[in-house]
Amino acid sequence: MVNRRLDVQKENDVSAAPRPILPTPALASERLALLSRLTDGLPPADLYWISAWTAALAAQATRVVLPASASTEAVNAATGERLTVLYGSQTGNSRRVAERLAERAMAAGLDVRLLRTGVYPLRELVQERHLALVISSQGDGDPPDDAIGFVEFLTGKRAPRLPQLKFSVMGLGDSSYPKYCAVSRRLDARFAELGAQRFAALGEADVDFEAPCTSWSDGVLEKVRETLGASPAPATNLRAVALHAVGSVLHSREKPFAAEVLDNQRIVSRDSTREVRHLELSLQGSGLRYEPGDALGVWPRNPPALVDDYLRLLRLDGEQEVAHDGRRLPLSRWLAQERELTRLSRPLLAAHAAASGDAELARVLEPEQREALARLLDTHQPIDLLRRHPVDWNAEQLVAALRPLTPRLYSIASSTKAVGEDEVHLTVAVVGYHAHGSGHLGAASSFLAAAGDDVRVPVFVEPNERFRLPADHGRDIVMIGPGTGVAPFRAFVQERQAVGATGRNWLFFGNRHFAQDFLYQAEWQQALKDRALHRLDLAFSRDVAVSSGPHMDVREFARDSHKVYVQHRIREHGRELYAWLRDGAHLYVCGDATRMARDVHEALVDVAIAHGGLSAEDARAWLAELLQEGRYARDVY
Amino acid sequence: MAALSKEASYPMPSHLEDIKTVSRFLRGTIAEGLADPVTGAISEDDNKLLKFHGSYQQDDRDLRDERRRQKLEPAYAFMVRARLAGGVMTTAQWLAFDRIASDYASSGLRITTRQTFQWHGIIKRDLKPTIAAIDAALASTIAACGDVNRNVVCNANPVESRAHAAAYAWAAKLSEHLLPQTRAYHEIWLDGEKLVGEAAEAEREPLYGPTYLPRKFKIGLAIPPLNDVDVFAQDLGLVAIVDDGELRGFNVAIGGGMGAAHGDPSTYPRLASAIGFVEPDRLLVLAEAIIAVQRDWGDREERKHARFKYTIDKRGLAAVKAEIEKRAGFALEAERPFRFEHNGDRYGWVEGHEGRWHLTLQVESGRLVDGGQVRWLTGMREIARVHTGDIRLTCNQNLIIANVAAADRARIDAIVAAHGMDGYRRHSGIRQHAVACVALPTCGLAMAESERYLPQLLPKLEASLDRHGLLSAPILLRLSGCPNGCSRPYLGEIALVGRAPGRYDLRLAADFSGQRLNQVYRENVDEAALLDALDRLFARYAAEREPSEHFGDFLLRGGVLKHRKIAAEVLA
Repeated sequence: MVNRRLDVQKENDVSAAPRPILPTPALASERLALLSRLTDGLPPADLYWISAWTAALAAQATRVVLPASASTEAVNAATGERLTVLYGSQTGNSRRVAERLAERAMAAGLDVRLLRTGVYPLRELVQERHLALVISSQGDGDPPDDAIGFVEFLTGKRAPRLPQLKFSVMGLGDSSYPKYCAVSRRLDARFAELGAQRFAALGEADVDFEAPCTSWSDGVLEKVRETLGASPAPATNLRAVALHAVGSVLHSREKPFAAEVLDNQRIVSRDSTREVRHLELSLQGSGLRYEPGDALGVWPRNPPALVDDYLRLLRLDGEQEVAHDGRRLPLSRWLAQERELTRLSRPLLAAHAAASGDAELARVLEPEQREALARLLDTHQPIDLLRRHPVDWNAEQLVAALRPLTPRLYSIASSTKAVGEDEVHLTVAVVGYHAHGSGHLGAASSFLAAAGDDVRVPVFVEPNERFRLPADHGRDIVMIGPGTGVAPFRAFVQERQAVGATGRNWLFFGNRHFAQDFLYQAEWQQALKDRALHRLDLAFSRDVAVSSGPHMDVREFARDSHKVYVQHRIREHGRELYAWLRDGAHLYVCGDATRMARDVHEALVDVAIAHGGLSAEDARAWLAELLQEGRYARDVY
Repeated sequence: MAALSKEASYPMPSHLEDIKTVSRFLRGTIAEGLADPVTGAISEDDNKLLKFHGSYQQDDRDLRDERRRQKLEPAYAFMVRARLAGGVMTTAQWLAFDRIASDYASSGLRITTRQTFQWHGIIKRDLKPTIAAIDAALASTIAACGDVNRNVVCNANPVESRAHAAAYAWAAKLSEHLLPQTRAYHEIWLDGEKLVGEAAEAEREPLYGPTYLPRKFKIGLAIPPLNDVDVFAQDLGLVAIVDDGELRGFNVAIGGGMGAAHGDPSTYPRLASAIGFVEPDRLLVLAEAIIAVQRDWGDREERKHARFKYTIDKRGLAAVKAEIEKRAGFALEAERPFRFEHNGDRYGWVEGHEGRWHLTLQVESGRLVDGGQVRWLTGMREIARVHTGDIRLTCNQNLIIANVAAADRARIDAIVAAHGMDGYRRHSGIRQHAVACVALPTCGLAMAESERYLPQLLPKLEASLDRHGLLSAPILLRLSGCPNGCSRPYLGEIALVGRAPGRYDLRLAADFSGQRLNQVYRENVDEAALLDALDRLFARYAAEREPSEHFGDFLLRGGVLKHRKIAAEVLA
């Protein structure tokens, strides 16, 4: 993904404002005119992409193939010779694995096309010869939204026989969920059932996905090189090419930008028991670009007090140098910046159970204890385990047992068209609670909450091409974003206002209390006044209901009535909502995946039944279709 | 900031007249505003109309900037004021009002300087249930604010309680008689049927007309020798003339009013001018005639000149009186003699007729809350459950447990003592005579602290008075956060009128019975300066006063301030 040459050039440019002076090109004037027409008005990301693509052309002559979104016809001729790398990704991890595989394959001199499942032309499957699929499993063994149509097609009755196909599947999942990697297992089996042959074994990766993914990719590359008979990689003279919009040439997940904090403001009232903050970060000089819908990756630093707790509990010295994975760092550095201390995972639990010899822990890991395991993982941090079932780990063992720290993704709450290209805004719910006799903090949110003048925040942009505003500005949009799920919709509304979109914007927002945590209330009011927001429907779950009569005791009434959430508002306004969707509105949901997104989906099913006259089955199919079309997009976590 | 006042806060002088004109008898879009879930506020125009319904929107000014940074709208909430003629209520009503305070309001019950309750901090969605609950308690909020006749105040603690009964009955009749007739109140708050078609066409306001009065109108009724209602601060002041325990009628005074604006000499407080005497059975006709004259002659272009006092000064008292008599259809008789002793309250037990007793308790700034040793809400709840008489509020923000049988006094006293409500027994003279308006954080007009400042100011004044042996001297102290005069600051022997945070005009030398306005002594000073000035004056007062000479009177006699004719030029 990183182009060294561009990298260097750009770094040199940072302080030097003048544009680089290029030598006069040797192009004929008509070609020069064509080039100028092509590049006129393109955003930086597209320009970088073109530059990377032509660089690859220069290095490898005809070997580089345009990705499918540009033209499928152009590559059809070469289908047999080509590796298709396909991904279904919810949080971006599968996408990243697929991208890396595609880069390496290209670097190895192979023809590669990289596609997400949502845009894969299903009719081409019968002609496909070499397919590598990276796909994650969500929640209850569900595919990512973007892959629902692909999975349904492949597992359905209309799936074609695929005797010509060589395939390999990589599954990403979280072993703390009962249906771990269910989707990848199902697809792997299904490909075989349809007559395709595995050219590399099914790979599976838990939350620590890097290592297993690399070894799966190694296997795929080795096999595919054999079959496709590519020339040996011109390893020294290589320009690796990013096949996606190059949003982060200078900075990436692996090479985050240290962003200055411009503003860090609590945005719930003083009487709110919860903490939500609005952060404004500077991207100046980073080269990072983002679109509404994208996420900002944040590499957190663990709470210092928690690091101290570990050292104290295990009687270890923070200064002690620890070698692991080819690196040598002081233990305190491993704990503060390199290891996951606030999220408990199954592998760590297993390691802990083994080390402690605790029978209770071992029992929870048994297959039939899935529910208990999920509950335990959900309600404990690693430190709780260490306190309750002491293990006498030394420094090396501790670092080896703990998972590598992973970045946290926050849906971006700003549009560059409104706040400028050098700024990015986040809406951060600060995780903090008391449990098992001690205080607990979320790593990233507590890090961000405390970030100020003296702390820079390591960030990168995580594109989310499945969560995009309609290209057609005339389309209506419906945004459902309770809690901090409202963040991307602040970006959406800013963007739509800035570009003068003519479609209407409808927001559903909910939280606990109107007076305390109506996030961005003043901005929504202004947007309504400016006609940048056309409808705003609200659900405050902990506010008392308005009494219907003077003699009713409203407090009693409120206690007994059930709480109001966004899904109730969706049903209330179902007739109108259905009309919007029928007329082509795009629908977006952002926020909690475990309950909210599910409840909202059920409410949408009800709306389609009640106001579209659909059967339950047809209503579900209709929504699946909207998901597949990308007209119903979810950014849930 | 200096010129900000109640008047100046209206964006356009005649805008409010437009709002009234198109309001369809005070409906406006209040109902729609209440239903808007995006904001805790209603529109500015509706807020003007809402006053006629006895409420207005405020926001916590302490939180304004903090919430702006939090990207939240201001902490909007509503003040709701009951209409309680003469400040008299049953114990059942007390309990209902107390319940409303705990269910909906943010800080207990507040006794106003117009003898009624108001509740603060009621959020929008609780506004309708609150008003409905007040209605269910057989009270109302209509016309508690707005350009109409307000709550009619009446002396609450009579020496002659038979005459009080008669006078109070007239206060209640006046209050009832002068109510707006619009159905809007029932429609918006009480789920009353909406008037449509011909019924809506036929709706009328027989007295007020569709644009109501140019400005608020206040009526007060005093029973000598007590002037606790400050009868000369009223647009229409009535002094009951009692002879042999019989109510003979009322002396009539018109054109009192406290409001003024800093730095604007065209605005000023004014004491009411006597115009004659009227017998009780002609009182309602007379009141209607007076209100009609103000309705037709009052200034509707410039709100800050719209009070009746300015109408009178512009047209001349004689012309106004003649017009009133013409409209009433009779001439007023000559004023009858009377004498006021003071305008404060008499704390402790007083015996009325037929062996009934009245206990007056002092409530600092009228704020009834449970706090530490002093638990007004709990204590009064307990009293309301056992008490068989009524409860009254005074214009000095105090309360009276009225009509107690002699045998029940001990029980009442025990409850009062158990809840720390007997402060009146120990309070210094100045503390017993202190009145403060609400001001910050809820009042939109406040320029300085008032109610919250009083507890800090009093110990300092007491220390100073104590040094000069004056701790028990009764001195009228009035604090106001702005020059509009809710605490009637122009009638304080000592008054602080807010100009900016921590800065006040120090006014001195009103009399002790509400018959002489005070004057500016020091302008725009801070606490140190005003304490220093007062300490010097206390020293002189202690050394030079005559027996039973009041502080305000002494200041004039001693030449600290000069006797001045009470008129516009004295003031501001």
